[in-house]
Amino acid sequence: MAELEYKIIVGLEIHVHLATRTKMFCGCELAYGDMANTHVCPVCLGMPGTLPVMNKQALEFSILTGLALNCQIASFTKWDRKSYYYPDLPKNYQISQYDLPFSEHGYIEIPTEDGGTKKIRILRAHLEEDAGKNIHTLGNFSAVDLNRAGTPLLEIVTEPDMNSPDEVGALARELQRIVRFLGVSEADMQKGHMRFEPNVNLHITRNGEVFKTPISEVKNLNSFRAIERSIAYEVARQLHEFKETGKTLQMGNKSTYGWDDDKQMTVLQREKEEAHDYRYFPDPDLVPVEIDDAWLGEIKARLCELPIQMQQRFTKDYGLSDYDASVLTADRATAEFFNATVKQGADAKRVCNLLTQTGLKLANEKGTTVDQLGITPENLAKLAQMANAGDVSATAATAIFEEMAAAAGNPMQIAEAKNLIQKSDAGEIEALVDAVLAENTEAVQDAKTNPKKAKKAIGFLMGQVIQKSKGRANPKIVSQLMNQKLTS
Amino acid sequence: MDTVKQLRDKIAVGQTKSTDAVKAVFDHIEKHESTIGAYISLYKEQALEQAGKIDEKIAAGRPVGPLAGVPIAIKDNMCTTFGATTCGSKILENFHAPYNAHIVEKLNAANAIIIGKCNLDEFAMGSSTENSGLKKTVNPWDTDRVPGGSSGGSAAAVAARLCCGALGSDTGGSIRQPASFCGVVGLKPTYGRVSRYGLVAYGSSLDQIGPLTQDVTDTALLLNTIAGHDQRDSTSVPETMAPVPDYLEQLETPVKGLKIATVPHLNKGADASVQKALQDALEVYKSLGAEIIEIDMPHFDYAISAYYVIATAEASSNLARFDGVHYGYRSQNANDYIEVYSKSRDEAFGQEVKRRIMLGTYALSSGYYDAYYLKALKVRNLIRSDFTKAFEQADCLMMPVSPTTAFKIGEKTDDPLQMYLADIYTIAVNLAGVPGISIPCGFDEKNLPIGLQIISAPFSEDKLLRIARMHEKQTDWHTKKPNI
Ligand SMILES: [Zn+2]
Repeated sequence: MAELEYKIIVGLEIHVHLATRTKMFCGCELAYGDMANTHVCPVCLGMPGTLPVMNKQALEFSILTGLALNCQIASFTKWDRKSYYYPDLPKNYQISQYDLPFSEHGYIEIPTEDGGTKKIRILRAHLEEDAGKNIHTLGNFSAVDLNRAGTPLLEIVTEPDMNSPDEVGALARELQRIVRFLGVSEADMQKGHMRFEPNVNLHITRNGEVFKTPISEVKNLNSFRAIERSIAYEVARQLHEFKETGKTLQMGNKSTYGWDDDKQMTVLQREKEEAHDYRYFPDPDLVPVEIDDAWLGEIKARLCELPIQMQQRFTKDYGLSDYDASVLTADRATAEFFNATVKQGADAKRVCNLLTQTGLKLANEKGTTVDQLGITPENLAKLAQMANAGDVSATAATAIFEEMAAAAGNPMQIAEAKNLIQKSDAGEIEALVDAVLAENTEAVQDAKTNPKKAKKAIGFLMGQVIQKSKGRANPKIVSQLMNQKLTS
Repeated sequence: MDTVKQLRDKIAVGQTKSTDAVKAVFDHIEKHESTIGAYISLYKEQALEQAGKIDEKIAAGRPVGPLAGVPIAIKDNMCTTFGATTCGSKILENFHAPYNAHIVEKLNAANAIIIGKCNLDEFAMGSSTENSGLKKTVNPWDTDRVPGGSSGGSAAAVAARLCCGALGSDTGGSIRQPASFCGVVGLKPTYGRVSRYGLVAYGSSLDQIGPLTQDVTDTALLLNTIAGHDQRDSTSVPETMAPVPDYLEQLETPVKGLKIATVPHLNKGADASVQKALQDALEVYKSLGAEIIEIDMPHFDYAISAYYVIATAEASSNLARFDGVHYGYRSQNANDYIEVYSKSRDEAFGQEVKRRIMLGTYALSSGYYDAYYLKALKVRNLIRSDFTKAFEQADCLMMPVSPTTAFKIGEKTDDPLQMYLADIYTIAVNLAGVPGISIPCGFDEKNLPIGLQIISAPFSEDKLLRIARMHEKQTDWHTKKPNI
């Protein structure tokens, strides 16, 4: 059989844990990895008689994200109960938003391989409370940990606008970057701050006719790799299934799959989407929320330039590579620190190198961000200028950066105190070059006469001069002098 | 037995000791509780200990709260850190709350002494207290008859003087109807006036806590204690929007130029004795110079249908947590976790609770939501506007509380629909969220008490109580006591 022509169709449901101080409807602090059931209270345990009180910060974080996703923000939104029985759901209903979510109809721009962007439409975003966790590892009984119950959960639903595993991965990464930029979520995948559920199917063209394969929903993915691989796997599986059975999309034949990371395959969980009846109705314990212009204006004022816009600006205005720009815009602190430093008049590429090669490493070691290292943009700009002017070597610049982070201070003072100012005095360097050439006649010979060994020999001689200068000779000048002398 | 106010005043000046008052009430309980069955649990030792402390404080001249030393009872659907909070249900027989309801905190702060927790229809679902899964309560005026419900235990306890005053909850008449059946005063405040925090929910958009007392003054006094905003209840109204006055301050001042509305077509559904008592009450007001006008409440007749959709829909969701996994009784006959749910609920919920959960679940199911739940919400809005219009024309509405006086135990248990229909006068008040009070206004030929219902605009409890007090001052119905 000839290879079939097909188009991959993917939509995503994304759950994002918001980094609020407290849970969605009670005063418990958010907790990850603590002892089970230590961050609970009568309200998030759903004790009889308790009542929920909305966390305003959670709604503001959500609205901010909605704005960043170009969504329309509702002026009136409300809370609904979604009923289902499950041990990790204390009240046997979840407080969510049904027909009047706080935001709808937006889009997210994701980077494409060619350096451009693609718009993926957002259907809606709503806020809800997370459930707890069932634990099945204790022997012949199950236990429930409700630390997570009540954590504010932002659910974002996209239209089926993605057409490859890479695009879905790109959206997931882009969304992670956005929520981190906005400061509304730590978006730590390992901690389960983001969970993804792709809906995948294929539009297959055979003999000019288009066949749609049944939709698979892959549940609960929490790594970018798992997202991309599970979709790739589903594409192959659906293609195979279509060839074997010719099965196409009918009403209600959406199946639910899980992802087995060990076997690297999707595993069928539910054949037919059961006709779930969640019996949504407005939660009578909560009052509807009116989002007026004044409040919306306050939240809008907290919006920042989005990472993808920044990334594009960095490549266009500063000539940075797309990779470098993406590293700089991976988090808001780095991006803004870079921005501030470049505004001091420093060379963007030099600042980029210092930040991505030294700054991020240091910040990572200290568990902080580059703006918290104790270095001001002014001083980093000075350091960049010194390095560009040849006052210090690249190696020395790294050492100075580290010293600035350790003890603060002005890069020039540090360079002087540590004797790291490069020698650019031609006379002084010439003496060193002469000495080295005199001491290494064999290498000089190779450099002058043996084309095979010349490059290596020159490198060796250069190294000797730098060493003799204790690393302080300006390599440019050394190289110039060396060339003059060897060719003369 | 003194009223709350009388006893409070005596204790405050050292004329009576709280300890003696508590002892006296428990002596009375020991004599009559076995007949009446008002309480699910009693806390004599704790009460005496608290009373002792109040007495010491007063003897030492230290300041005490406005209910200091007075024995009060609460309905057993209000959470307390002491004892169980059963809701009259087998499923919660052993539920011990780790926190106090807002009103319990308020009573404690006022130095009231909570002596016991009263019987009720299971989860407050019923009009006779016969649906209690734990206890039978009888009417102190005729022990063959029901005390009304669902706050039947609270009403019977006040009527039989097994406490000074009590708190109940009212979702569709559950304070006013038993108050009427037992010949005491019962107030359902405006929705949002009293915090529901710690009240185990039945119909969350309808539930409201209120006092059951021997007279109007005591209701004002108790309302002073429990009313006010609570940030833990999002539906409790901020005092900036509706200030809480001192309900005692103007209580003795009659409302000038009082205009009373009646709804003649509704009253016709009541027994002749009930209609007569209403007419007599209106005559009392007329003699005080009040003007009576007749109005129409065009959507009143749909109230019962709307109520039994909305209340049961909310209940089906509120009661979902009682599943043997999270809360409540767990069946020993279950083979998997689905059976833990189904068998626990089947074995421990009573008939009426199951009936309402099923009704509510049905009303919220896809395909029925629009026809039932959504339509009921529309009816609710129409009823609300009926009240709004009524209060544009008059200070208050007056009508019966119940079409009958207390009926015989077992008389209506086989016909739940008949029981529902008897809520006709009380239910619309909850749907509209307005305050309503039942005060004693006479007796029928069997010497059973009859209540007069007075309804006023949202957050006008001060006026409502003054109107009620005008009648009380002219009559002695509230001083009649059952022969027990
Ligand atoms: Zn909590």
